Amino acid sequence: MAVPAFLARERIVARPGFNRWLIPPAALAVHLCIGQAYATSVYKTALVEHFDTSLTAIGIIFSIAIVMLGLSAAVFGKWVDRNGPRAAMATSAVFWVTGFLVGSLGIATEQLWLLYLGYGVIGGIGLGIGYISPVSTLIKWFPDRPGLATGMAIMGFGGGALIASPLSRQLMNLYDPDYDGTAGTVPSGEAVALLFLTLAVLYALFMSFGALIVRVPADGWKPDGFDPSTVKSKALVTTDNVSADNAIRTPQFWLLWIVLFCNVTAGIGILEQAAPMIQDFFRDGETSAVAAATAAGFVGLLSLFNMGGRFVWSSTSDYIGRKPIYMIYLGVGIVLYVILATLGSTATWIFVLTAAVIISFYGGGFATIPAYLRDLFGTFQVGAIHGRLLTAWSAAGIAGPLIINGVLDMAEGEPGELVAGDYRPALFIMVGLLVVGFIANLLVKPVADKWHEPKSAPSPSTQEASAVR
Amino acid sequence: MSSAASTGNSASTGNQQPTHTPIGLIAFAWTLVGVPLAYGLYQTVKTASSLFGG
Repeated sequence: MAVPAFLARERIVARPGFNRWLIPPAALAVHLCIGQAYATSVYKTALVEHFDTSLTAIGIIFSIAIVMLGLSAAVFGKWVDRNGPRAAMATSAVFWVTGFLVGSLGIATEQLWLLYLGYGVIGGIGLGIGYISPVSTLIKWFPDRPGLATGMAIMGFGGGALIASPLSRQLMNLYDPDYDGTAGTVPSGEAVALLFLTLAVLYALFMSFGALIVRVPADGWKPDGFDPSTVKSKALVTTDNVSADNAIRTPQFWLLWIVLFCNVTAGIGILEQAAPMIQDFFRDGETSAVAAATAAGFVGLLSLFNMGGRFVWSSTSDYIGRKPIYMIYLGVGIVLYVILATLGSTATWIFVLTAAVIISFYGGGFATIPAYLRDLFGTFQVGAIHGRLLTAWSAAGIAGPLIINGVLDMAEGEPGELVAGDYRPALFIMVGLLVVGFIANLLVKPVADKWHEPKSAPSPSTQEASAVR
Repeated sequence: MSSAASTGNSASTGNQQPTHTPIGLIAFAWTLVGVPLAYGLYQTVKTASSLFGG
């Protein structure tokens, strides 16, 4: 599928002397927009009332978007690598913005299926393309610090939710003065429809800016003073390249798939029920020692650790290595989950601290995985390989809530009316998952030479020549 | 960020005119993404502070 000339990869190859520090803001301009996907809870109740439907029926919108994220990243990954980041970012912007516009129409005309189609399906495709493209671009610009590079981009995805949540509240307050953002007030459907229109315009501008300034390095470019042979001396790091089609035939790909799936599922276990969970852990009869406002503060704190973990842990992985840092995410995660399950209800600070560190590992796991892929498979089609690996996120997005909600369904009562003991089975299931992930990470070895591309091959623009062996 | 490491060198662009990325453009781009991020961080820290406010 050809793209217009002004979007083509050939048009954005950087000339000598281009400063690579212009690329992180280009990546952030996209990720800060698509990160809105994690801020859908601010208008969830409004949509339930507007459509006179269940929370589940509205929650499905987010699930569809995450499933489409994984699918589109997997399907369009090679297209993204072949056509370059400007075409990918522009395409992502078109889908993401169209998703909001169709969604807005659905809300305004009270047709829920349009919201599923718009925000869920169309917007979800924009999410997938927009997620992988900036990441693979930054990896190519920062071969000396791939963890820092992926951390910068994926931190933006976490940051997008931090921006969209308060901004959405303020905009809905503007469109519906009866809604002031406090508990008990719900914005009207019309206010949400107008919010969607406003976000569409803002995101169109921001993502276009990112697409406009992004560049790709010329073949053979490397930062001054960087010697690729120094990275090859590190265990598991290759200077060879593996195509996306061959990567999925290696055990390393599927071991990392399991690692990401287990890490994300475990994190979702807490994120999914964060606010009612902290209240339930400190419940005494009908009342909880933790007020609703404090629970909201806990959710905010988790968001900060989610975003911070993406940057801090991923950058740290440049120094201690990708495999060791996943040992920490998963191994220390096991210990923290056991502490949370057994001692979490004894003191608020224990609960808050363990949950916050677990969520920082959740964010770190997302941000470090593309750098891990680059170490094992090279930069040739790392975007496409990353895209295929993100199906693990989609699967975790289904498994995580199923596990936590399934366990809580067995308890008598709803989240917000339970006690700490009701959560323990779910937390121990997460411990089991982290053990599986830990073992999978332990088994990761360098990719066999037979999967490497011929030495002369690697330019993403010539990837069609890559033969599947 | 060292200028040399930021600009790097290329094996296959030897016949191209070198370019210079204006520092103002880099500063503008970082400001454009930094301001909303700072707004989001401020709002979230404000919300999270209720956790420690009793």
